Amino acid sequence: MSSLAAFVKKEFHHILRDRWTLMILLATPIIMLILIGFAMTTEVKGTTFMVLDLSQDAASRSIIESMSQSTYFTFGGYLNDEESIDQVLRRGESGLVLVFPARFTATGVQGGQLHIAVITDGSDPNTAKTLTNYASAIITRWARKQGGAASPSGLVEVETRFLYNPAMKGAYNFVPGVLGMILLLICAMMTSVSIAREKETGTMEILLASPMRPAAIILAKTIPYFVLSCLNLVTSLFMAMSVLGVPVRGSWFALVIVSLLYIVVGLLMGVMISTIANSQLVALLISGMGMMLPVMLLSGMMFPVESMPLLLRIISHLIPTRWYVSAMRKIMIKGLSIGSIVTELAVLALMGIVVLVISLRKFKPRME
Amino acid sequence: MSAITVTDLTKKFGSFTAVDHINFLVKDGEIFGFLGANGAGKTTAMRMLTGLLRPTAGTGIVAGYDIRKESEKVKANIGYMSQRFALYGDMTVDENIRLFGGIYGMTRREIQGKRDKLLDNLGLSTQRNSLVSTLPLGWKQKLAFSVSIFHSPRIVFLDEPTGGVDPASRRRFWEMIYEAAESGITVFVTTHYMDEAEYCDRVSIMVDGRIEALDTPGRLKEEYQVSSMDEVFQMIARKAQRTAD
Repeated sequence: MSSLAAFVKKEFHHILRDRWTLMILLATPIIMLILIGFAMTTEVKGTTFMVLDLSQDAASRSIIESMSQSTYFTFGGYLNDEESIDQVLRRGESGLVLVFPARFTATGVQGGQLHIAVITDGSDPNTAKTLTNYASAIITRWARKQGGAASPSGLVEVETRFLYNPAMKGAYNFVPGVLGMILLLICAMMTSVSIAREKETGTMEILLASPMRPAAIILAKTIPYFVLSCLNLVTSLFMAMSVLGVPVRGSWFALVIVSLLYIVVGLLMGVMISTIANSQLVALLISGMGMMLPVMLLSGMMFPVESMPLLLRIISHLIPTRWYVSAMRKIMIKGLSIGSIVTELAVLALMGIVVLVISLRKFKPRME
Repeated sequence: MSAITVTDLTKKFGSFTAVDHINFLVKDGEIFGFLGANGAGKTTAMRMLTGLLRPTAGTGIVAGYDIRKESEKVKANIGYMSQRFALYGDMTVDENIRLFGGIYGMTRREIQGKRDKLLDNLGLSTQRNSLVSTLPLGWKQKLAFSVSIFHSPRIVFLDEPTGGVDPASRRRFWEMIYEAAESGITVFVTTHYMDEAEYCDRVSIMVDGRIEALDTPGRLKEEYQVSSMDEVFQMIARKAQRTAD
């Protein structure tokens, strides 16, 4: 036991003496969250919209006003004819154009149907889709407000609501994913590089010739990085909540349990990587580059797992981040408690055990 | 009782036999020189004896324990200093001593008691809080040796401990080896320097995975009718078939 304590202490010495690495390790999650949280958003704000108003009446002006009041749009002015619609969209002067037909109010109120054309730039379909959704939401709301006076009885309203994230905030979607990616990569990188460094400098040979058991070496290697990762978790959650405004609606208890478990899995993956990698560079390449792509693409943090081909869907089950992201979304956004993430917890625990067994077997107390 | 007893010890890597049925015995408290050209199988043999490699065949009893079945006990009773300098450069002299004391299960009190004496002997008392990476190589090696015998093992294995050090430092290093031997620690040392071979109580010379000669330096010189161990080594090593790797 005292040998373990001595070893853990030594690891802390390494970490604290290497100021630059420590700073990078602690700053990375914060920088990544800010960068990705703000850059990877699907929210489109402050789009300039223009209007071709052939009716020029009270109703059309009122709709334009509602649009301008929302944070998503700013009014860019009136167009004179249909040709200019194409021009402004091509030149990017406007992201969306509303066309009110002649005698808009008259036909609308009498016939019970409002006809407005919403024209967007389809070369970026994601943005176009988001913009049309925003616009139709605003117009529908406007129509409902008018409803008391002139009920649009024949109007068929398709109403889409995003439960738990009604404002369709991008951060809600990305934060659990980014958190999952950062934690796993940093954990795996830290342990694998620190073990590979001992192999490189030759100290591993001395450790293996000592009576310390492999399990004790692995444990001693992971404890300090576990502490560091917990620190990262705290700062990341703080950033997510304060800067990106992502709530934790569910149980904090569940969040802590699943996060700690996930950190352990990440650290053990680092140990497993170090059994293959004999140099720091190789360890870094495998844990950083090698893991980054599968984690980003197959964990569901960017692209929904459900819409992937069968083979990729099967592979995605092997990625711990997928389970962590799913659990974190349930806890943070849906506000659920620990009972709802039993599957995720079980899968992560199983992964941890499998990785531990492989590492213990491959982490040779002898040299070959 | 002997410190090391080796019977038909063999190590094969695939079809290559690195160590080929070697037999020898190291007496308690002696300085045993384990010589051989590069690639003769010295390091492989030493790694088997220190529990770092599993033998393909044969047995070895080190410090009273079987290297196959009781490698943990073997490890607890030996000290090991590898070819490469292997203390932690980003830790101080003091921290390195405490770490290795701790790893070998010494209590804090034991460590503190021995540490001050050791630092004093090495003349490192003023540098106890300097990072090891800032020490000159000669001192680093003396420190590494002191650390390898800090837990008072029965046997210490030194794998080319004086590589890359100037002659004066090598002499001082050997004085330390003598001190350790006088305190009752058996020393098992490999070296390339034949003047160092003269300092050993007995030497063995390995050629192509086999032990070709084993005796005191004096008797070996007599047998081959030469005046130095260097000449003995040249005559024996000439028999080598395989090239150094």
